[in-house]
Amino acid sequence: MGIIASSIKEKLKQSFNPSQLEVIDESHKHAHHRGAHEHAADGGSAESHFHVVIISDKFEGLSRLAKHRAVLDVLSEEIAQIHAFSLEASAGQCVELPVSV
Amino acid sequence: MSAQDQIKKTVSENDVVLYMKGTPVFPQCGFSSTVVQILDYVGAEYASVNVLEDPEIRQGIKDYNNWPTIPQVFVKGEFIGGCDIVKEMFETGELRTMLSDKGITTKA
Repeated sequence: MGIIASSIKEKLKQSFNPSQLEVIDESHKHAHHRGAHEHAADGGSAESHFHVVIISDKFEGLSRLAKHRAVLDVLSEEIAQIHAFSLEASAGQCVELPVSV
Repeated sequence: MSAQDQIKKTVSENDVVLYMKGTPVFPQCGFSSTVVQILDYVGAEYASVNVLEDPEIRQGIKDYNNWPTIPQVFVKGEFIGGCDIVKEMFETGELRTMLSDKGITTKA
């Protein structure tokens, strides 16, 4: 895992004590598009695109905007260094994966 | 006019505003493209601002709301969210409800 990915993971663990946390580095999917090149040209690392899935009791009762803001605030340093960040944050109900029969 | 004043003016003068990378016809970022598709699908009229054309607006829109990413959607001057939030709201039907509650016409 890259240095930014580990830092994202660590901070989210500390702040939200999540019951589920996935930090997915999707940079390889974007290696050829303009954003990734710009990012590299600006001196950015190879870690440019992240998708995070986080489930935590601490999101209970928060609006979508508030959940996202809570996460973005914790990760401001990391987000400043990357090109793209997407997030699925929930308080924990209804997260069963679809079961194929 | 400062970037902040310009943004304030744009979001107050247009019911729905999308700050994006590229244009609705030629989006230059996957997240911007997703929001364009959603707004087009629900049939809401919107003004779009291409942040790639103006570095001051590009930074200014991040400062305006203290929100670090683009795209950003505003409805009646209120910040709604970025791609993830708009997408979730679209999937649950809340987007359409919110737009019509605010008096914005959408396709049936």
